[in-house]
Amino acid sequence: MAQILVPTPLRKFTNNLSKVEVNGGTIVENLKDLAVQFPDLEKYLFSGDEIKGYVKIFLGDNDIDSLNGADTEVNTSDIISIIPAIAGGKN
Amino acid sequence: MMKSSKVYIENKMKTLIKQDALREMILHAEQTFPNECCGFFYGHENEDREISTIQISPNTKEGDQRRRFQISAVDYMKAERYAMEHNLTLLGIYHSHPNHPAIPSEHDLKQAMPYFSYIIISVQEGVYDHVRSWKLDDEGKFEEELFKTI
Repeated sequence: MAQILVPTPLRKFTNNLSKVEVNGGTIVENLKDLAVQFPDLEKYLFSGDEIKGYVKIFLGDNDIDSLNGADTEVNTSDIISIIPAIAGGKN
Repeated sequence: MMKSSKVYIENKMKTLIKQDALREMILHAEQTFPNECCGFFYGHENEDREISTIQISPNTKEGDQRRRFQISAVDYMKAERYAMEHNLTLLGIYHSHPNHPAIPSEHDLKQAMPYFSYIIISVQEGVYDHVRSWKLDDEGKFEEELFKTI
């Protein structure tokens, strides 16, 4: 099973787990499996069936945007990282 | 968007920061003026949240960095890795507001995450003015934290 690395701010929704084993053939399937295991994560990861635009997903050291996006295939030894967007400004 | 808490509430979790760590943040904010600076801070959380270490991160915002900051995904990954390798907890993000009060804007709120503290440093004409810390409440609005140096 692949592993998802959960960023610190979202660990309150995964019983404080920083790594979760997931099932799925593609990135989006693995993320959906994560949301099934921990339903409170869904609103932070998905907008409908699409991965939220401000969430970056990495497969190993590669941004999935440089691969095949949400349909990128995932192997059982792969590590998927969820990276929250960090941005802001005074106005 | 936010609630300001001027009254100390018994038993409410405080965010405490080592003086050296705050000094580093302030120096970073002053040196980066008129642009916004940004970075991470780490520590531990028990009854209170204690910040012991900060880490400067490049502002990767394309465009006007006097009003905006952004931290790249790669730099964020490095921060999480740093926390794990040093047995620390990544507690939040700091950034500066040049010539502007340390109050979160709509832009600050848009991508704010639960759990994190958000420290904002106000710098007026290149000189530190004040600092405030904020955290999302259960309704997703910024609430000011009780913030002290130790």
